[in-house]
Amino acid sequence: MAEGNSPLAAGPLETRTVSHLHPAGSFDLADHPEPTGREEIWRFTPLDQLQPIWADPAAAAVAVTRTSDQGCWAEPLSPGQGSRGSVLVPVDRAAALASARAERADHLRLAAGRRYDQPIRLDLRVDSETGLAAHHLVIEAEAGSSATVLLRHGGQGRYLGNVEIVVGPSAQLTVVSIQDWRPGSSHLGQHEAKVHPKASYRHIAVSLGGDLIRLQNNVSYAGASGAAELLGVYFCDAGQHIEHRLFVDHNHPKGKSLADYRGALQGRRAHAVWVGDVLIRSRAQGIETYESNKNLVLSDGCRADSVPNLEIETGDIVGAGHSASTGRFDDEQLFYLRSRGLDPDEARRLVVRGFFAQLVARIGVPDVEQVLMDKIDRELATGPAL
Amino acid sequence: MTDQPRGLEITDLHVSVQTEQGPKAILKGVDLVLEPGRIHAIMGPNGSGKSTLAYSLAGHPKYTITSGSVRLDGLELTGLSVEQRARAGLFLAMQYPVEVPGVSVSNFLRTARTALTGQAPPLRGWVKQVDQALGRMQLDSEFSGRSVNEGFSGGEKKRHEIVQLDLLNPKYAILDETDSGLDIDALRVVSDGVNRYAAQGDRGVLLITHYTRILRHIKPDFVHVFVDGRIAQEGGPDLAEALEESGYERYLQTVTS
Repeated sequence: MAEGNSPLAAGPLETRTVSHLHPAGSFDLADHPEPTGREEIWRFTPLDQLQPIWADPAAAAVAVTRTSDQGCWAEPLSPGQGSRGSVLVPVDRAAALASARAERADHLRLAAGRRYDQPIRLDLRVDSETGLAAHHLVIEAEAGSSATVLLRHGGQGRYLGNVEIVVGPSAQLTVVSIQDWRPGSSHLGQHEAKVHPKASYRHIAVSLGGDLIRLQNNVSYAGASGAAELLGVYFCDAGQHIEHRLFVDHNHPKGKSLADYRGALQGRRAHAVWVGDVLIRSRAQGIETYESNKNLVLSDGCRADSVPNLEIETGDIVGAGHSASTGRFDDEQLFYLRSRGLDPDEARRLVVRGFFAQLVARIGVPDVEQVLMDKIDRELATGPAL
Repeated sequence: MTDQPRGLEITDLHVSVQTEQGPKAILKGVDLVLEPGRIHAIMGPNGSGKSTLAYSLAGHPKYTITSGSVRLDGLELTGLSVEQRARAGLFLAMQYPVEVPGVSVSNFLRTARTALTGQAPPLRGWVKQVDQALGRMQLDSEFSGRSVNEGFSGGEKKRHEIVQLDLLNPKYAILDETDSGLDIDALRVVSDGVNRYAAQGDRGVLLITHYTRILRHIKPDFVHVFVDGRIAQEGGPDLAEALEESGYERYLQTVTS
């Protein structure tokens, strides 16, 4: 493929999608009318909770804390400046609104060939009852760089956040995004990555606290032999709506993608949604993809929607598959563990930890794994007794 | 405390299950005393209530004890939770052990041991102990890294139950059709494990089985024939041999006539 002077800037035409799986993106808010509930992409989302966001409230501040920067922060980017807008084109109204409202994007530039040993942390906090916070982050991992970026979202409020990611040739980038808001909060946004040849990209979504979390997580490729791994962990309590929507666009040959999302649900009206769209274009020969979603239901009154979609336009692939399952923490499992001396809370903790541990162990960043298991333990500690 | 009663004493035990037509009696007055150091075999046809006895002793919520008593070394079990019964020293080797994905055998064993004794075993010695217990069941040490019962063969599941019997070393063990689904070699390995446990001399074993073949490997002190929710006949090891000849047919005819 042809590349311009900036090796990380992809041609804008490549981000256009003709598949029925996905609408074409647009920065223009008018192209994304307010959802009525009849749209496929909004069918699972509780739209009444979005009214305060569409009502165009005043801006709320996002307090950004960089706990370790290792000299990797570049000048903020305006819309259309540098890489901003070269990868992420909003595919829904929330992302378009985030893009329009976030005038200056935080800009993380990981220098070519450099290995960042410590995770780069970015805390994003909101504290506003009425306002609407918007944020845009651009992460450019230059050729051959290697880093882990940890985004921690928290506080109280309504938050729209886009994350635009360029994974340069042979770069290795892990982005962990933790959503852990106080009750009454909502978080919507689009994360979108472009993976260059021989690059390895991992995105890990961790959604725990907040009334409504809805993330659109997209990946496409800028050339052959890129690899993407999309992992997700969520813990959905009473009244929470947690929605992860993935779209992997295999638009180049020999790419790999793997998605594995796991969630636990407990409490009345806990609602988890997972939509995994994978498009394998006719030119994407020799690719390999697998996506999986598992839900563990811990109490009555929960609902998990799990929708994998594979659209395959070429027969010349290494493999493509998907699986989705929703299981219960059942009485027999509980009895087995109690008969070995565990009390019901211990039994539940063991089962849920086991369910997540297989996935968390794959993250490979001890710091992050510890943070996650601690958070899962905290969720378990606050759960209803069986 | 020399006069403290020892043994698992089951007295006039009645158990029912909830069905769509209302409660249905399954156990209709079971009397049995299992003394430490003894092996009792409970044999009987399918549907006679053998497994119900095992589950209700362990406290499975599906079964309601409507009357009667179960005492473990003098402690009344019927009002206790499942885990309290386990902590009192009762162990049930399950006929259908349950999968626990993502929880390794070693973590499971350690968690169970900790829950039962109230303190975590010292790590170094424990790992060795687990390895040795696995070895005795002819399982290699990598087995401890596998998820509990996930993808185990039928034989591996039963061996894993006996590994727990070995490491948790309860006072009284109920083995619910541990022999079912085992091939000849696995049956021998599992039987050896039960015999080692019983050879301690102060443990009681309640061996529930449909077939007599396991009794060629494990010699019971007493045999109880279980029919229609109660013990229809009891005797010494020779009773098992008689059953081998005649089957359960004559007991069933008594019930239906």
